[in-house]
Amino acid sequence: MDVLLLSRLQFAMTTFVHFIFVPLTLGLSLLVAYMETKFIRTGDETYRRMAKFWGKLFLINFALGAVTGIALEFQFGTNWSRYSAYVGDVFGSLLAIEATMAFFLESTFLGVWIFGWKKLPPKLHNASIWLVALAANLSAFWIIMANGWMQNPVGHLMGDGRAELASFIQLVSNEFAWQQFIHVLSASYVLSGFFVLGISAWHLARGSHVDFFRKSFRIAAPFTLVFALVVVVHGHHHGSTVAKYQPEKLAAMESHWETRTNAPQYLLVIPDPANEGNRLELLPIPGGLSMLAYHSFDAEVTGLKDFPEEDRPPVWATFMSFRTMVALGMLFPVLAAWAWIRRKDPASSPRMLRLLPWIIPLPYIAVQLGWIVAEMGRQPWIVYGMMRTEEAFSPGITTGQVAGSLAGFFAIYGLLVALCIFLLSKYGRKGPAPAESGEEPAGSN
Amino acid sequence: MLETTWFLLWGILWAGYFALDGYDFGLGINMPLLAESETDKRVMYNAAGPFWDGNQVWLITAGGVTFAAFPATYAVMFSSLYTPLLLLLFALIFRGVSFEFRRKVDSDFWRRFWDGCNVLGSLIPALLFGVAFANIFMGIPLNAQQINEGNLLTLLNPYGLAGGVLFVLLFSMHGSLWLAVKSMGDLERKAVNLANRVWGAVLVMVVAFLALTVMYTNLFDNYAANPLLLIILLIPVAGLVLVKVFLHQRVYWKAWAASGATIIGVTMFGVIGMYPKLLPSSIDPDFSMTIANSASSTLTLQIMLGVALVFCPLVIAYQSWVHLKFSHKITDEDLEYEEAY
Repeated sequence: MDVLLLSRLQFAMTTFVHFIFVPLTLGLSLLVAYMETKFIRTGDETYRRMAKFWGKLFLINFALGAVTGIALEFQFGTNWSRYSAYVGDVFGSLLAIEATMAFFLESTFLGVWIFGWKKLPPKLHNASIWLVALAANLSAFWIIMANGWMQNPVGHLMGDGRAELASFIQLVSNEFAWQQFIHVLSASYVLSGFFVLGISAWHLARGSHVDFFRKSFRIAAPFTLVFALVVVVHGHHHGSTVAKYQPEKLAAMESHWETRTNAPQYLLVIPDPANEGNRLELLPIPGGLSMLAYHSFDAEVTGLKDFPEEDRPPVWATFMSFRTMVALGMLFPVLAAWAWIRRKDPASSPRMLRLLPWIIPLPYIAVQLGWIVAEMGRQPWIVYGMMRTEEAFSPGITTGQVAGSLAGFFAIYGLLVALCIFLLSKYGRKGPAPAESGEEPAGSN
Repeated sequence: MLETTWFLLWGILWAGYFALDGYDFGLGINMPLLAESETDKRVMYNAAGPFWDGNQVWLITAGGVTFAAFPATYAVMFSSLYTPLLLLLFALIFRGVSFEFRRKVDSDFWRRFWDGCNVLGSLIPALLFGVAFANIFMGIPLNAQQINEGNLLTLLNPYGLAGGVLFVLLFSMHGSLWLAVKSMGDLERKAVNLANRVWGAVLVMVVAFLALTVMYTNLFDNYAANPLLLIILLIPVAGLVLVKVFLHQRVYWKAWAASGATIIGVTMFGVIGMYPKLLPSSIDPDFSMTIANSASSTLTLQIMLGVALVFCPLVIAYQSWVHLKFSHKITDEDLEYEEAY
């Protein structure tokens, strides 16, 4: 074990854990804001209780997202100092802008929202959660622009042994980064949608708080369906940008070894990287890969063999993650459509109600697999084509230091994830607080 | 000029972070000293309630700006301070989660666990930030390759420890003043008493720290070369005097603001003394990280300055509004509020 390997493990682990909490923040903030708006528009007390109930789950999740985020920013400096010095001019500025423009807004107004139910006029209170939702999604934008630059570096020039910003416009109009942004955002919304559908279905199956959870279900169903379709349709398009900018990654995603035109896509593949090929290739879709990558059956798709061995990503991890993610991604629109069809009376399908709570973990798995494809598929590069991961770690730190911090992260994050799941299921099952006495249709002004 | 502007902004962001999260830390540090009942504890949690999360973003911004404006310094500073920074991070994680989780399970063990997390998660960062910044003021053993030849124990030298104690005391005073603003009755009285007592300790420690600064650091070189700069020292001195004056007049929010100014003044005194160094080397001044050998390109600094000039005043404006909006005394009704900590 050395500093490089341990630092990679630590970054991978802390990023995975951080991204358990991020997608739900992105989507649920919007849904909660919408519920509160609906309360103000209709005066229906149920929507206020919905904003509070789903808001409580949102907050448990948010706290962990916020504290685990700091760990990522610090690690660029602590464990990846050569990377930081090399890219700070471009990459660092995006992180700094994220904090200044978005994260301040998100964190400050979240406090206002939590403590302001009685202190602020309803519309201003509602505006604060819309600001949180907007800022959370804006945060995601800047962070993905930073990651998108690592995937497809643009807008810089090399100078003085480091990358220096040459065009901010190019940096923020990076096509690859925008594709990633749409992909991450829509997938996060799907995850949040299934979270609300799953918990609502759990209660509806037991006949508890029926009106409350039917309304929640009805809000979440179209939201989930729309974005599940966006993920599939746009995901295909995103695949073709990978082909355009990172052909090695595409080849690894498909375990595609031989360069050829009219490349088929095999439904069943068992990769065999040791022998630079596949052990098994079954059920081809003729020209499928060419079509997917370049929108033409005749297009030539470069195989892994035509890339130098030292530039190839790890095939197994990239391939398996991509396959599983796609399979899950195909399943989600079907389930979401089922929920949407039954949205007016979900209880009419007990089978669906029993199934949906079990679906909650699946989008979590899908988004993590997506990041494995994005990050492991970019290896051996930390900045694609510019800097190798093995050149990027801090020279001044010791194996003992990193081993110690990695052990600390495992213990702490293990505990936090367990507690978060425990609290979310405790409060998710508990259901909403009872309606306040003397209930009146308030909030219309 | 651009580099110098960013150097000052860099210092101001850290100073702003200490002045804001400092009172959250102070509330945590003071909790074992002041809270006798569950209600007392909850008042203290809720005194930080609407603010701590927004305050903490100053740290993320200060870190992000170090990364963006002085990438090479960010790289050397953060990797050199690996162990203390990771400890700090762990402490901050538990501190943050304690607010959100403490009231989620009705059990004494659960509450005591998160109380412990909040107290240690406030004390440890206060101490570590003080130790880290004192060592930054003094310089760390960076060699020609800009690798730190010291370790955690090197940081725990007399000057570093003095910095740690000073920060703990400053934050404790700051937190007790904010508690005086937010609490009533016995707790308020105890908070004021504590503030008065800690004030004396802060005074002694500030004088001692300045004396040690002469012995251990080169910070006064800049002030000797340009005595006008000593005006900076007026901020912590006047701040500290005003804390006492306002405490006497029982205008606690003003005393709190004055203690915030003291914290900003102490930090900026050190930062300006270091200029143009961001991380001095104690082996050879030529091995130091400076604005010259670590600043970003002009374009990056310009764009970032534009962003900072628009958004920093905006942040200060809305965070001030939030502090004003929630500056009321915490009542029983506030504690019954479903969302309260």
